[in-house]
Amino acid sequence: MSQSRIRLERVTKRWDATMAVDDISFDVTPGQFVILLGPSGCGKSTTLRMIAGLEEATSGQIHIGGRDVTRLPPGDRGLSMVFQSYALFPHLSVADNIVFGLRSRKVPRQEQRQRLAKVAELVDLTAYLDRKPAQLSGGQRQRVALARAVISEHPICLMDEPLSNLDARLRSDMRREIKALQSRLNMTVVYVTHDQVEAMSMGDRVILMQHGTIVQDGTPDELYNRPASAFAASFIGSPAMNLLPLAAGEQGAVIQGEPTPPVAPLNAAGGQLGVRPEDIELRPASAFGVLARVLSEEYLGADTIVHLAIGEHTLRARLTGKHALAGQQCRIGWPTKAAHLFDANGRRRDDLTPYSLDLPGAESQLSSPLSGSSQTSLLAPQLYPQH
Amino acid sequence: MTLTAHRKMQLYGTLLLLPAAILLTTFAYLPTITTVINSLFLPGFRGAPAEFVGVENYQVLFDDPTFWKVARNNLIYALGTIPTSIALALVMALFVNGKLRGRGFVRMAYFTPTILPMIAAANIWMFFYAPQIGLFNKLLGALGLSGINWLGDPSVALGSVIVMSVWKEAGFFMIFYLAALQGIPPELKEASDLEGTSRWSFFWRVTFPLLMPTTLFVLINALINAVRVVDHLFILTKGGPNNATNLLLYYVYENAFSFFDRTMAATITVVILLVLAVVATLKFTILDRRTHYQ
Repeated sequence: MSQSRIRLERVTKRWDATMAVDDISFDVTPGQFVILLGPSGCGKSTTLRMIAGLEEATSGQIHIGGRDVTRLPPGDRGLSMVFQSYALFPHLSVADNIVFGLRSRKVPRQEQRQRLAKVAELVDLTAYLDRKPAQLSGGQRQRVALARAVISEHPICLMDEPLSNLDARLRSDMRREIKALQSRLNMTVVYVTHDQVEAMSMGDRVILMQHGTIVQDGTPDELYNRPASAFAASFIGSPAMNLLPLAAGEQGAVIQGEPTPPVAPLNAAGGQLGVRPEDIELRPASAFGVLARVLSEEYLGADTIVHLAIGEHTLRARLTGKHALAGQQCRIGWPTKAAHLFDANGRRRDDLTPYSLDLPGAESQLSSPLSGSSQTSLLAPQLYPQH
Repeated sequence: MTLTAHRKMQLYGTLLLLPAAILLTTFAYLPTITTVINSLFLPGFRGAPAEFVGVENYQVLFDDPTFWKVARNNLIYALGTIPTSIALALVMALFVNGKLRGRGFVRMAYFTPTILPMIAAANIWMFFYAPQIGLFNKLLGALGLSGINWLGDPSVALGSVIVMSVWKEAGFFMIFYLAALQGIPPELKEASDLEGTSRWSFFWRVTFPLLMPTTLFVLINALINAVRVVDHLFILTKGGPNNATNLLLYYVYENAFSFFDRTMAATITVVILLVLAVVATLKFTILDRRTHYQ
């Protein structure tokens, strides 16, 4: 499987004055499912296309399986690709679309037929082999594109936002199918997306990009729990992490516009404090915590997103179940390890520890951040007058 | 009587169709019918009524060796201009669709012959073909070769007319191919590049089939033009020498306005219409089945 190792060394892509990809390096081990994640224009697709050979790197080197492929044409790199638009040939039947590459590589007809039968079975297209792409649904077209990638038996498959043309429900089905196919065939996949849900649910590893550079490279768990920058923090998670500017207070850094209580050491002032909505707990206005006012709530079924105002800032909290809290005063807190500090440039600070906002004597309760039910019971008398 | 909603819609539709219907009837269908009728009668002399002669006019026409010569000329002209101009148009379109310095300028240059009126283009080519002072013979002379009488030599004249027509038509057809090529998503090329498909193979397996609707359209247009456009003959050869470059429509014109034989002109016109109708039907039924429309 070593022929499927991909290594990028200081790869740069420039178009005249615009820098699309700026000096990035990473290494993909065989069998890994790697996600290139980032907002549009961050250079993730360009990076993928440089690996594919559809764009030439301005500088740097790309190695596949120990071979320097930087200047090789796409067909000689031993990889297949699934395009966002699927790139199916509209005049060819599903079967001809799937074996298109085999014909180009002059695979004997008998073998073509065998491989086609096997792959069609794998992606559940056997009944549709005679149809034209226009007669297929979006999900089926997606499968044809996958089949075309799989039948080539290249160990590497590149995918460029393959699910973005599907509706939400089909997308979650295809997510699981692609992931299952990848582990079953032990393919090395580099997958480009701007959807953090896809990144979190499919990737063994996520490379987050911004402005042509890598912001963070780690497992989904690392990206979620230890974001390397304020950008990473705000990009992963839905709703995104709350970022609150910190100002200098009397006993430490405080949330701007809310002088008590201090939430972090004084050194953190000028930076930002990040807390995920699911880590925020609501407490009665008489309890310890940061004073907040409930602005509104969005009920989503399993949980409720509560919009809170602190000082001049708003933040979101996710509570399980249904809540009706609009207009009420409360206090909020979060577990110490759920608070992240970022400096003025947005970089993560690990040299400072945020102050504890724990309730005195309530440590056991606060150690589990998502204990929504216990919070509601705490709040009950003041916050639920209508009950 | 009250009109139902359905009747009203029908009336509404009819009224919308009326302007086009009136124009087409006046200038296309009625003249066609009159022509067919004329071809079945002999005009009477000194006010006598026209005499119905059935297919006699056609028999006379088919016995006329000049007609067959002109028909043969037209066939050679069609075979000479249609495939050449289409192939040339496709090559030019592929060329200017690629990455190319000064692409806009080259496209404009290729399209220029199309915006020239046929008469003007023929006048330009008149100077190219002129025996003594013409461009081609000057070039040949510079190479030490003796000149050719491009339009005066019966064995060369039709070829000269064909070359000029191809020059005039190819740029026009190129525009259609160019538009069609730009409608082909670039990912198709990328997807086939990833499989190591050669450019040649990609052209025949993807580009050409996807251009089929355009080819069909261009083919029909080229065919119609091969019969319909004879303006250049008025300038270049007037059908001569000895009918060597005479084409069917020009022969119709000669019959009608030089020989004042309106009946013969009508008869030839009907023959042209029939032949065109048959060829167009064949093309649409045979090629249409093998053409992919997006």
